[in-house]
Amino acid sequence: MRRILFKSILQGPLTEPAPGVDDAELAALAAQVDHAARARLGRSLSIREIDAGSCNGCELEINALANAFYDLERFGLRFVASPRHADVLLVTGPVTKNMSEALLRTYEATPAPKWVVAAGVCALDGGLFSGSYACVGGVSAVVPVDLYISGCPPTPTALLKGLIALMQ
Amino acid sequence: MPVLADMIARGRRIEAHRLCPRVVVDDDLWRAFAAELAEGHATLLGLWGDVGAVHMGLLLEAEKAISVVTIECPEGYFPSVGRVHSPAIRLERTIRDLYGLQPEGRPDPRPWLDHGRWGVRYPLAATQEPAQPARPYAFLASEGESLHQIPVGPVHAGIIEPGHFRFTANGEAIVRLEERLGYAHKGVEGLMTGASIEQAAKLAGRTSGDSTVAYAFAFARAVEAALGVDIPPRATWLRALMAELERLANHFGDIGAICNDVAFALMLAHCGVLRERVLRTAAACFGHRLMMDCIIPGGVCVDLSASGAAQIRELLSAARRAFPPLIELYDNTASLQDRTVGAGTVHPQLARQYGCGGFVGRASGRDFDARRDLPYPPYDLLRFEVPVRDDGDVNARIWIRIREVEQSLALIEQILDRLPADGPLRAPVTAGLPGEGLALVEGFRGDVLAAVRLDSEARVERCHLRDPSWFQWPVLEAAIEGNIVADFPLCNKSFNCSYSGHDL
Repeated sequence: MRRILFKSILQGPLTEPAPGVDDAELAALAAQVDHAARARLGRSLSIREIDAGSCNGCELEINALANAFYDLERFGLRFVASPRHADVLLVTGPVTKNMSEALLRTYEATPAPKWVVAAGVCALDGGLFSGSYACVGGVSAVVPVDLYISGCPPTPTALLKGLIALMQ
Repeated sequence: MPVLADMIARGRRIEAHRLCPRVVVDDDLWRAFAAELAEGHATLLGLWGDVGAVHMGLLLEAEKAISVVTIECPEGYFPSVGRVHSPAIRLERTIRDLYGLQPEGRPDPRPWLDHGRWGVRYPLAATQEPAQPARPYAFLASEGESLHQIPVGPVHAGIIEPGHFRFTANGEAIVRLEERLGYAHKGVEGLMTGASIEQAAKLAGRTSGDSTVAYAFAFARAVEAALGVDIPPRATWLRALMAELERLANHFGDIGAICNDVAFALMLAHCGVLRERVLRTAAACFGHRLMMDCIIPGGVCVDLSASGAAQIRELLSAARRAFPPLIELYDNTASLQDRTVGAGTVHPQLARQYGCGGFVGRASGRDFDARRDLPYPPYDLLRFEVPVRDDGDVNARIWIRIREVEQSLALIEQILDRLPADGPLRAPVTAGLPGEGLALVEGFRGDVLAAVRLDSEARVERCHLRDPSWFQWPVLEAAIEGNIVADFPLCNKSFNCSYSGHDL
């Protein structure tokens, strides 16, 4: 174990610089978020992730945010285990009818002020699953959404840009 | 077993079903097949509903062959298989939830995927019924002194999929775990009915995001079998390349994540880097990190450039440098082994009865891999070993995955060496006669089954996708018994069953 730790120190970090702030995509995402919201959230966010029936593709990429390349926590962004600790709910999936009550109850368990970020095409409008008897079709049908991050699934970079937009 | 072959010969053969026989049988013969399953003469590959019929997929392990047996149920009843063979119970509950067909003599009358929230009952049946008000789910009772219950989910503390676990514990020891799933039910099979092949392929690729290549591969092979399409050789090899990259990415990610569940974050950090390198290479070569929608019926829709091949070779050498020290680290850290050895043991007999696929089965003595035992191109031309162990605990499942990483690295090298020169990537997939096809593809988690029936305009009339998790989730309930509650995340992660693939 010592050898691996030593080697890591000598090699230097793999972590990449943050996506640029002058990026047009980032500006567009930031425009979606109310200025007051950003002022309130300051420079730190606690995020509670909710899978509302996604295929798990979005979760894989959200998990990737924690790896050495993206290192989410350096931005003051942190995933928390309970909605009661959260500022932001990050919701994925087309919201299956079997999950809609759980989503609503998680939202209600989150103290205000709170924001909802819907990630992935499914979370926007149900995506490929819209029209199914088993899906509500989009997060906004159950809880109010403040920011959408597109993609199927959104790449870690796209997720990072969206979450940074919430804070800047 | 010649007995089974004789029984199959007694059924009415459906000529339109390709690559393996499908026969229609009467009630008595259906019961006889169920009895053969219970005796262990065959393995249940799947049990799925249709409008007015139920199909049973059988794996004859001795002959290494698949057969599909169908029972027509115009009255809405069929003899229960779960009554004699418990791996069928959840599948039968699902058939009833989706098609309204009643398993006669069923051991468990509770619904499974239907939580009473769809606004409709029997959504895939010819005639649906209005929903009944949702009733509280009756969890199985546990009796004894000092027992307490711990309900967990469907929203979990980590970034994982939704499902509910009901633990009954005596102090720290788990006396019973009961799973309640269905929260991720999206109605995939309902959306596929009547869809074009292209649309259905996209849906298949989103059945379980971590196995998108395996699902697209299985669906494409089933469609090609139904239509009698031969795909170009280069496409065949590229498919296997993508499948092995997907296996590699999942194994790297999960080996790290399992160790992280016993608070050994160093493995997660290093394995996470390896996983990310695989995904970035996939994105550079095929344009998508998870390689979604890259495999399509008829072939593949992206080619591998010379620079892409070079990047994959670089990935191989990077992984071969970085992975062995991590294996050594796992092997030499006593505090890690203290948690993984002896935890969550699956008895080989249970793995065999349930036909557990993937590393769950292979860590418990079930020597089956669809790539070797029911080979599909190009695996019939590739050299690889299938690691098997008998100890069946978390440690065994980790070791199987470590060995599979090594095999996949070797396979990718062979594929790159033998990849046919540039040529067409896609054969036309055009409507013809109505046809049926079935395919079994080995995903990282186990064998993914796809059964497709197409109409004369090449639209999907019925498509069933069976995730390997169907036969792993129930075994997790048994594996956890007697373990402490705090070890559940570890045991659960060592299985890593799919919620979305199971719930559909």
